[in-house]
Amino acid sequence: MRTLVFLLQKEFRQIFRNKGILRLIIALPIIQLIVMPLAADYEVKNVNISVVDHDHSSYSRRLTDKIMASGYFKLNDYSPSFEEAFAEFQKDRSDLILEIPRHFEKDLVSQSSGSLFLAVNAINGTKASVGSAYLSRIIANFNSEIRLERITPARASETPVVDVTSLNWYNPFLNYPFFMVPGILVVLVTMVGSYMCALNIVKEKEVGTIEQINVTPVRKYHFILGKLIPFWVIGLFVFSVGLLGVGRLIYGIVPAGSLWLIYAFLAVYLIALLGIGLLISTYSATQQQAMSLAFFCMMIFILISGLFTPVDSMPAWARVVANCNPVTHFIQVMRMVVLKGSGFSDIKDQFMIVSAMAVFFNAWAIFNYKKTT
Amino acid sequence: MSWPGVQNVKPIDMKQFLAFVRKEFYHVFRDKKTLLLLFGLPVAQIVLFGFALTNEIKNSEVVICDYANDEASRRITGQIEASGNFSIRKHLRSHRDIEAAFQEGHTKLAIIFPARFNHDLLHLNKAQVQIIADASDPNTATTLTNFATSIIMDYQNELLEGRPLPFRIHTDLRMIYNPGLKGATNFVPGVIALVLLLVCVLMTSVSVVREKELGTMEILLVSPFSPVLVVLAKAIPYFFLSLLNLTVILLLSVTLLDMPIQGSLLLLYAVSALFILTALSLGLLISNSTDSQQSAMLMSLMGMLLPTLMFSGFMFPIENMPLPLRIISNIVPSKYYYIIVKSIMIKGLGFSAIWKETLVLAGMTAVLLAISIKKFKIRLA
Repeated sequence: MRTLVFLLQKEFRQIFRNKGILRLIIALPIIQLIVMPLAADYEVKNVNISVVDHDHSSYSRRLTDKIMASGYFKLNDYSPSFEEAFAEFQKDRSDLILEIPRHFEKDLVSQSSGSLFLAVNAINGTKASVGSAYLSRIIANFNSEIRLERITPARASETPVVDVTSLNWYNPFLNYPFFMVPGILVVLVTMVGSYMCALNIVKEKEVGTIEQINVTPVRKYHFILGKLIPFWVIGLFVFSVGLLGVGRLIYGIVPAGSLWLIYAFLAVYLIALLGIGLLISTYSATQQQAMSLAFFCMMIFILISGLFTPVDSMPAWARVVANCNPVTHFIQVMRMVVLKGSGFSDIKDQFMIVSAMAVFFNAWAIFNYKKTT
Repeated sequence: MSWPGVQNVKPIDMKQFLAFVRKEFYHVFRDKKTLLLLFGLPVAQIVLFGFALTNEIKNSEVVICDYANDEASRRITGQIEASGNFSIRKHLRSHRDIEAAFQEGHTKLAIIFPARFNHDLLHLNKAQVQIIADASDPNTATTLTNFATSIIMDYQNELLEGRPLPFRIHTDLRMIYNPGLKGATNFVPGVIALVLLLVCVLMTSVSVVREKELGTMEILLVSPFSPVLVVLAKAIPYFFLSLLNLTVILLLSVTLLDMPIQGSLLLLYAVSALFILTALSLGLLISNSTDSQQSAMLMSLMGMLLPTLMFSGFMFPIENMPLPLRIISNIVPSKYYYIIVKSIMIKGLGFSAIWKETLVLAGMTAVLLAISIKKFKIRLA
């Protein structure tokens, strides 16, 4: 026990001595947590639209007015021809071209059907499908308005109507940062913890000081614990600043569930995570290697964690990979407990998986750390 | 222009320089774990983005709370199940169980049919359905609500069948550049930008700083060889590795993901070379401003990589961001490169469409290089 206290003293001194790194560890995650949720907004709005109106009728004007009034679209230009609109399209200035053919109104009135042409820039598939769905809905509304005006009102009430009401629970204003902040916080804590931990041991290897520790009677698990605990504390600290400082004060997120539950999970999660960091460091000889390995793992962990894209939509093999990833579980738990107020019984599966990971990775790291070179 | 350290040196000795470049290549190829990052990561990303990650919402679990349990409600439930977007998790007895279902984490949507649903629909011509979404994920919530609403509307229209609607507006919709709405079209240019930046900024800065940290920089600085060239020699292997990486990514996206390369391949390589230079100068700047690998790495990872992910526009649309962030996005080089790659690869446009972005990249490179040469120290602290 005394050995461990001395080792911890040494580690903390080394960390606090290097003010530059310490500032980076604390400041970078905080700044990113402030900025990233503002940027990470999937909501499709401000779709730029070019209108090519060959008809110049009252219907065509009404339709364009209706589109502009919806709030989703921004008029980029009225072009006289499709070619000119397409030039804007190629420059990415407009995302959508609506072409209203000549005689649109006349055809609609006399032949009871009219047609419109819609070209969508589909490079960003989500934006394309959502934007065109908005527009189709507006056109359909416009269509039923016209129909109501043309048909005698008596017939309209005969049709059976299903009245769909929808409610949004937990986040009634569909506030996106609300969803992103807990997830991004997890990723930032993960990055800081795993990198710093992985690099720390390797630095001793690279600089040669590990030899000195190896020749002392310090036990393997002493050494590993001595490396693990400081970063565990730093992880807790960064997380608290993020959740209670940035999350609460800037984004107004007050955890709906128990704070104790979140911290209990965090404690176990950090052990698992630092175990991965230690494992990486036992496999690398230089800081560059450790960084490469850590970055490779982290990039995959983060992408597949469900932070940006839903895990449910992944194919089966990817869901298996996602479930072997501690980041996935912590993001799920954070979103459940912070946003929905889920309790322990709801997250006990995740708790068990992450605890198992913590034991597994640390045992592997201790096993793999050799005191002889 | 006077380069510090260059004045007193003889004209560049090409042979010496090449020897240094060779040394750097050995350094890179000797280290298998770093190579894993250099070539494993692009492959992993292409596979992940191509086959695993999608913004589409599929297999979402819904719970149904059906107080009516009649023909109409069963029919709609059947259609929701058959649509492919939903899988029904369970049928609830009471709407009081909905909260628990949401908290347990799997359920994303609840649909409630009131009693006498079919009866009201047929006799009163009006019936209600309530949809409750777990809006902790706003994106999924809106999409699923829309899906479910349109399924119910389809059912309503089915009831109208036999009565064709007059005054129909038919919309002819065409998806341009990406008819299949594949995610790959959007992200492959992003992955290219990300990987090039990673290799150049991260690897270069760390490898320069490493010599400082280990003390070998001192040996290089006292050698008769110009210190600026020492650093340039470090950048050269990464320049070629980046081009190789670009080739790997392009090959993978064409063969594995069926991505087109509409425009000129030569132009694509030319602007990519320019972007690589921009990234290398960024890497040199970082390595000249830091003296430990850890801080160089933190700066390139957290300071460069995440902004690249965020602000190049391939993950999140820039036009949605608040104004200050939109302004910041203008200083992120990968934003311009992303636009260029999209224009050449997917839209098949020529140089006339991208000259502005190219100019910006060239300007950035010049400025970054000038600053990093100015900051280069030939004396140790």
